[in-house]
Amino acid sequence: METIMASASDVENKLEPLSVLKSNLAVNVKQRKRSDFLFSLVGLMSLLFALITLLALFVDLAMTGVPRIDLAFFAEFPSRFASKAGILSAWVGTFAVMITTAFCAIPMGIAAGIYLEEYAPKNWLTRLIELNIINLAGVPSITFGLMALGLFVYKLQLGQSILTAGLTLGLLVLPIIIVTTREAIRTIPNSIREASYGLGATHWQTIQDHILPYSSGGILTGVIIALSRAIGETAPLVTIGALTFIAFLPSSPVSPEYPFLSFKWLMDSFTVMPIQMFNWISRPQAEFHVNAAATGVVLLLMTLIMNGIAIFIRYRFRKKMKW
Amino acid sequence: MNKKFLLMLIGVLSFKSVHAQIVQANGSSTVYPITEAVAEEFQKEFKGKYKVTVGISGTGGGFKKFCRGESDIQNASRPILSEELENCKKANVKFIELPIAYDATVVVVNPKNDWVNEITVEELKKMWEPSAQGKVTKWKQVNPKWPDNDIKLFGAGADSGTFDYFTEAVVGKAKSSRGDYNASEDDNTLVTGISKEKNALGYLPMAYYIENKSKLKALAVISQDKSGKKNPAVLPSKETVENGKYIPLSRPIFIYVNEASLKKTEVAEFASFYVKKAPELVTAVQYVPLPSKAYDLVKTHLEKKKLGTVFNGHSEVGLKIEDLLKKESKL
Repeated sequence: METIMASASDVENKLEPLSVLKSNLAVNVKQRKRSDFLFSLVGLMSLLFALITLLALFVDLAMTGVPRIDLAFFAEFPSRFASKAGILSAWVGTFAVMITTAFCAIPMGIAAGIYLEEYAPKNWLTRLIELNIINLAGVPSITFGLMALGLFVYKLQLGQSILTAGLTLGLLVLPIIIVTTREAIRTIPNSIREASYGLGATHWQTIQDHILPYSSGGILTGVIIALSRAIGETAPLVTIGALTFIAFLPSSPVSPEYPFLSFKWLMDSFTVMPIQMFNWISRPQAEFHVNAAATGVVLLLMTLIMNGIAIFIRYRFRKKMKW
Repeated sequence: MNKKFLLMLIGVLSFKSVHAQIVQANGSSTVYPITEAVAEEFQKEFKGKYKVTVGISGTGGGFKKFCRGESDIQNASRPILSEELENCKKANVKFIELPIAYDATVVVVNPKNDWVNEITVEELKKMWEPSAQGKVTKWKQVNPKWPDNDIKLFGAGADSGTFDYFTEAVVGKAKSSRGDYNASEDDNTLVTGISKEKNALGYLPMAYYIENKSKLKALAVISQDKSGKKNPAVLPSKETVENGKYIPLSRPIFIYVNEASLKKTEVAEFASFYVKKAPELVTAVQYVPLPSKAYDLVKTHLEKKKLGTVFNGHSEVGLKIEDLLKKESKL
């Protein structure tokens, strides 16, 4: 501390009497160090608070739920007997809705991201669109549900189907995919583009062979984060009329006759895991609460695995990049 | 266990050449457990020939769908209201009204509460009416015999049928209640709240009280005749609800069947299965069944397709089972 004070006072000793400055500085440094320490303490406390709360919730959930999880729990339909009830229709529903969501949102989101980053002219219209996309990402999910109820269920007559749910959640996560795609593309140095053009590649060739491969790690991460948000959404699905009790599965996607693929399941009714969980937690019987906790654990693990994959993909692609 | 897993996989990938017919039920969360039980048994009985889905959108929300012809069966924790009757009429939806069980609301306090065992409807009104807001805050203000403790009120949230019925039965007008109480749509939250607060008082659907008898104390309710004569205090139980003594906090609950849907075999089969199995399944899910006489009447209503409601578009408070029977037999 002495040396700091000394050097500082050397610089400024022409302006102020040395003694005044010295004592001022000492107080100042002490104060700053103290507030620095205080801030790091506050930061650490906040971090611990968030982590411990999360951990406590998860441990509590797991302690109630994990003993209930066995294979039968995944293989049984809901039932009025808590011990016989399972999440078969719920996880199949969640799975089907997620696939539909992915098909709706991923191609459109990535295409929109590429367009905005690579092709769109930089004018007021583009800026307006950008602003709106960022705003859309913050719109409460129930609003998407209401819009979907009016548009998909009634106007387009798609009914309370897996397709409606997929489209709704697709729209909900579209802004996330667009924004992450753009950010991934932006991390690619301009010199790569210039090198590609310099060798005579067209704009599209540049995108196809360089931009997309190099940014795919970031894009995939965004996609998975978007899907792991969609998997826990309840409000918009309740709004469009997802069911609570459904003891059968959607029609099979494969059929024995030509053309072997069937898309009838898209129009089937469905339920998803968060809705099943909500129904069980609001029952009076404690055994159903255990089922709800078990469903919660499964849902959390699914989200965790998806996020894990996202981190893994990002890590792999980072390692591959060589500039 | 492995066999089950295999079966599950086959289930997921199985080819379904015939698309089974689906019965769509929707509406009240109070009636849901009964319809769920019936649906489960029905699908077992017909081995996948027919399918049933049950959604929850509340009695009000359910009637909106029902009167647009979007559901075959409507679960209702109160009779259809005039407005909803209008909507059904406009869309040309005709229906058959079938009372299927009794449900009761229980007034509960903390088990440590040693000053109150019974309560009059009058006293409940004093606590819960809108003008009590901010003013009636102590037990002593309701009854001078009670201590000078703060009163902590817990009740259903404004979207629930329990709220509609309790306010109608106690205050005299549906949805008219004080607002400064702990409200929750989740009755389990209310159970936790009341069981932790010595000065608490709240109301709950009967099933939640039955499951939490060790954490709550139910109060006997003293009702009044039209002439003003007080009836003896009655504790809520299956017997007192069934014999019509627990009034005014017990009520019939219903399903409504769309008449046009009844032409479909699956809906007709489901409705008659519902009425046939109701006495057994209603008891199984801890609701109070109607007397067998009532189920016989309900069965004839369904068989003869008697259309319309016996309630003229509003709920009736403190309806005894005999009154219900009389009403139903007039249809």
